[in-house]
Amino acid sequence: MRAVRRGWSWWYLLFIAESGVILWPPFYNRIEPTWMGIPFFYWFQLLWVIVAAAVTALVYFATDE
Amino acid sequence: MNWVALWVFALLFGFITWLGFAAARWRKGDLDQLHEWGLGGRRFGTMVTWFLVGGDLYTAYTFIAVPALAFGAGAIAFFAVPYTIVIYPLLFLVFRRLWHVCHKHGYITAADFVRGRFGNRWLALAVTVTGIVATMPYIALQLVGIQVVLGALGVSGSGFAADLPLIIAFMVLAAFTYSSGLRAPASIAIVKDVLIYITAFAVIIVIPVQLGGFGKIFSAVPAQKLLLAVPGPHTTGAYSAYATLALGSALALFLYPHSLTAILSANSGRAIRRNAAMLPGYSLMLGLLALVGFFVIAAGIAGLPEYAQGFKQFGNNFAVPALLLHSFPSWFVGIAFAAIGIGALVPAAIMSIAAANLYSRNIHREFINKNPTDKQEAQVAKWASLIVKFGALAFILLVPTQYAIQLQLLGGIWIVQTLPAVMLGAYTRWFNDWALLLGWAAGTIAGTAMAVATKLTPTFPLALGGYTFPGYTAFFTVLLNLAVAVALTPVCDAMLTRRTARDETVPADYRP
Repeated sequence: MRAVRRGWSWWYLLFIAESGVILWPPFYNRIEPTWMGIPFFYWFQLLWVIVAAAVTALVYFATDE
Repeated sequence: MNWVALWVFALLFGFITWLGFAAARWRKGDLDQLHEWGLGGRRFGTMVTWFLVGGDLYTAYTFIAVPALAFGAGAIAFFAVPYTIVIYPLLFLVFRRLWHVCHKHGYITAADFVRGRFGNRWLALAVTVTGIVATMPYIALQLVGIQVVLGALGVSGSGFAADLPLIIAFMVLAAFTYSSGLRAPASIAIVKDVLIYITAFAVIIVIPVQLGGFGKIFSAVPAQKLLLAVPGPHTTGAYSAYATLALGSALALFLYPHSLTAILSANSGRAIRRNAAMLPGYSLMLGLLALVGFFVIAAGIAGLPEYAQGFKQFGNNFAVPALLLHSFPSWFVGIAFAAIGIGALVPAAIMSIAAANLYSRNIHREFINKNPTDKQEAQVAKWASLIVKFGALAFILLVPTQYAIQLQLLGGIWIVQTLPAVMLGAYTRWFNDWALLLGWAAGTIAGTAMAVATKLTPTFPLALGGYTFPGYTAFFTVLLNLAVAVALTPVCDAMLTRRTARDETVPADYRP
């Protein structure tokens, strides 16, 4: 837990990965595969909101002092 | 006139008016102290913070404007989703540090922190003025949200009578903010969010069923609106515009005074970190509501004669109210419109409190009355909150709505210029305070010039070595700001050796 007290944790790299994916539009700017008739562009980003929240919760529990 | 909807709307509005005044007695504190009036005594736990920050950031205007943009411009409107994803790591990491240092030293604004960290009153003044100027048009925009729903309810007239309902709503807002401070929007936010969630889920479930499923809805959307345009040669096109709009908006968001006010009212750093995981609930709702812009296209609402007048008056911002009127019984329209109307009052109240805190603490106390009593300081803030609100009201009544929207756009470009001093300041004292001020000036001037050059649209086509990088002006200019601050820090340090100001914070202040 020494790393936590110094203010940095390797868990924070997950934030960079999570943000990097969603800030790279070529990755998800397409229609297929659709889900319930919703194009990939839309459902993927909405799904990523949930993934990102889960990542934040994970980091919270992993670094809670 | 839609009487049933109007009655439901008026009843809910009456209820939150009572609640706003009653809030003065909630978690009772001495409202003659600025941190009690302006930060709710820093007493809000995880759940109240969730409602307060949610009600503060996801404003009524957002719920009208984002679907309106999807309706008008298509896929680009969805940048709101990556935007509201990227803000939470920032909240979790950077703003928790700021919460700790502000709690430790009794800071109530970003400018307080900058003053303490860098010891430069002029840098703090730049942060203060930027905050107030960026907030004013934002408050005015909240009024646009109320105006649109009042118009959709059929409340109309000419001259003064047409504006009267808006003026009444605002008097109510001003009165309970004056008497209860931040406790008023915190308690109302709970009611507002329940109403907004009910509305959002009804819209997302009922209307797609009425329209025959998402497949049918998306097939009604023109192909060029469905996805971002794939960039041609020698440009990053819509891709870089989309990503920088998301990232630049995310960097700006928590620098707004009203965001920081809501964050600082939390009672622990842990409440902030928990909220970074819980607030995405609102992002999900916002993303789903962005799809409502496509529902409007699929339902063919814009072509119906009964809504032609509304679209003419309010433009695409009428899309969501029109769809609600078209799809739901009157009593539910009343609930939904009340959600939007009340949803405008919560952020408007917090914004005016935040601007008032800035004026009282960082202008009045710094430059006019250096040793106020607690009571005087709180009293100045209460008066300032009234002046700010009536300024916004006058603005929206006297000036075309388009100006408020354009000024709000400029506000985003201006507020992000406080990033190096506030956000990086939370980590390092390496920067020279005068270099930060020069960086701020460079970013502000360049940003304003670029916005004017693009006729006040958010993205600027940056040309470099034969390539064009269209991107959010706020993003480009904060990079410029940062480059200036980094380059000039050694220069200013060398020139001003004897004038290096004291940092009143120590590293331990930034941690639990």
